[in-house]
Amino acid sequence: MGSKRIAKELAELTESPPEGITVELANESDIYQWKVYMDGPEGSPYHNGRFLVKLSLPTEYPFKPPSVSFGTKIYHPNVTNDDKGSMCLGMLRADEWKPSSKIAAVLEFARQLLVEPMPDDAVEGRIAEQYKNDRARYDEIAREWTRKYAMA
Amino acid sequence: MESDDDFMSVASSGDDFLDTQASDDESLGEDFGDDFDGGFSKDKDIVATSRKPYEVEFKVLSPDDIDRDQNQQINEVSSILSLPPESSAILLRYGRWNREKLIEGYMDHPEETLEEAGLGTNFEGTPKTEVIPGFVCDICCEDGDNLETYAMRCGHRFCVDCYRHYLAQKIRGEGEAARIECPGDGCNMIVDSKSLSLLVTPALKDRYYTLLQRTYVDDKENLKWCPAPNCEYAVDCSVKQRDLRRIVPTVQCNCKHHFCFGCTLNDHQPAPCQLVKMWLKKCEDDSETANWISANTKECPRCHSTIEKNGGCNHMTCRKCKHEFCWMCMGLWSEHGTSWYNCNRYEEKSGSEARTAQAKSRASLERYLHYYNRYANHEQSAKLDKDLYLKTEKKMTSLQSQSGLSWIEVQFLDTASQALQQCRQTLKWTYAFAYYLARNNLTEIFEDNQKDLELAVENLSEMFEKPVPELANLKVDILDKTAYCNKRRVILLSDTAENLKNGEWSFNVEW
Repeated sequence: MGSKRIAKELAELTESPPEGITVELANESDIYQWKVYMDGPEGSPYHNGRFLVKLSLPTEYPFKPPSVSFGTKIYHPNVTNDDKGSMCLGMLRADEWKPSSKIAAVLEFARQLLVEPMPDDAVEGRIAEQYKNDRARYDEIAREWTRKYAMA
Repeated sequence: MESDDDFMSVASSGDDFLDTQASDDESLGEDFGDDFDGGFSKDKDIVATSRKPYEVEFKVLSPDDIDRDQNQQINEVSSILSLPPESSAILLRYGRWNREKLIEGYMDHPEETLEEAGLGTNFEGTPKTEVIPGFVCDICCEDGDNLETYAMRCGHRFCVDCYRHYLAQKIRGEGEAARIECPGDGCNMIVDSKSLSLLVTPALKDRYYTLLQRTYVDDKENLKWCPAPNCEYAVDCSVKQRDLRRIVPTVQCNCKHHFCFGCTLNDHQPAPCQLVKMWLKKCEDDSETANWISANTKECPRCHSTIEKNGGCNHMTCRKCKHEFCWMCMGLWSEHGTSWYNCNRYEEKSGSEARTAQAKSRASLERYLHYYNRYANHEQSAKLDKDLYLKTEKKMTSLQSQSGLSWIEVQFLDTASQALQQCRQTLKWTYAFAYYLARNNLTEIFEDNQKDLELAVENLSEMFEKPVPELANLKVDILDKTAYCNKRRVILLSDTAENLKNGEWSFNVEW
């Protein structure tokens, strides 16, 4: 039921991708695993970095939400600081997701989160604290990590 | 009912708590009294029928009763606000069935209220599916010529297959019913029962209504589901959370299950919910094990293995590291010279503080164990009673054939077995209650009542286990003892409930 929809979304995203985002299948034979490259937005400490974002669609898509994780290490309150790089987005919770929500919107939301983290909804409490109380230091570390991990 | 009210006004003269309750009762419906008496009918011939201080009024509702109540409220609101019933239902669920507040809010700000409830303001037309030329479903991207589609009043149109799939996933997958939103991105319009009926299978519709019923009972403070497995009844009782400091509201479902309306645990009279919670946590906690360890064991001064001294002299040899030391002073055994079996260094030790700590811990442990052992004993006996109850039926059958008694004539065994179970349940909780009770001039009466009930229960229990041929001859005796047990229980519970209600107990914990 979902394959036509997925194909359409993939085509749209490939033809006219949102700013700073490129999309491809991780493996040509599997439309459920996507590789997304996200450019760090200007004005954020992630600027000039290129981040690999893994997008995974459940078989029930679009009735169940996709899941998003960072394949590139990133210093961010909303991304887990481990080898999973999981990201917690409100719109990706099963009870908030709507079948008519689009992957493009998810990706744009994720990229916007790089400009404006949501420290009150954080998965890394320590980074969230720092973001709120010591922005300069947060910027510095985020920039350093971007240099170290997100610039080839 | 009248006799109940008379009893109440005598028993509670000058007390505002029960007066409030009595007035609440009137709003609960006219067949209240019947159900209530029905619940306690087995006590009827033994004790007086009027309500005891430890009893509360309640009413048992079947799924049909719940539906009827729900629909009645929906229809009332529907006619007051001139809205379709399916919209009033959404409005009521949004307002958690607080009708007065809801109507007031609607009268003040109709449009905002409808918007927030997920209704929208347009109520024209009946829902129907349509085929629309050139339509592409935003969910599955299908665009077939004969694609059936549906949209609620919000106008977000999707193909019927996707709509169905979405609803099925919400209802079956997520157990959601009261607040299923339109599948449209960012639209908060709630799917109403009419739209739902149009789209889903009858089985799914049943499930939807079951879930709605569940949220109805969950939303209302005066309703609770009977917690017994597979029981589908709910109980209506006006005791509020804030009343639970002064009352232990045990109710009995039509399925015979006794439970506390306050916390839905098994009947735990006379102990109030909060103390029950503390007690259960305490019994569950490892803290008491730790307490035991600290009171009964010491650590090897060298390798820190935990050692329990289980008799013998003070000369300890650690099994693990072979360290030799004195149990009394924990010092090296080799320094004890020739006073082998009497440590004379203990008295001169400056560790009096450590010794007091150990004594204190031991005393508090012993106190706990005193109550816990009795609590656990009754719990264990109650479990045995359950086996006994099953055997009772066999006993009754064999008694009928051996003594020529009729079925009715052997019912006394059933009555006795039920009384035993109930009394043990009460006794069990008196020990948890007593653990938290601070001594005052009333505790002695309580302990006497407890002792009397315990004695009566043990007497009956013993008699009950006699071989079958003797049972027929003991009938009068057993009936007597059963009645006595029940009477002692009523006395104990009445006394504790009265004192709880009047704030006469003092406790050794904050709750």
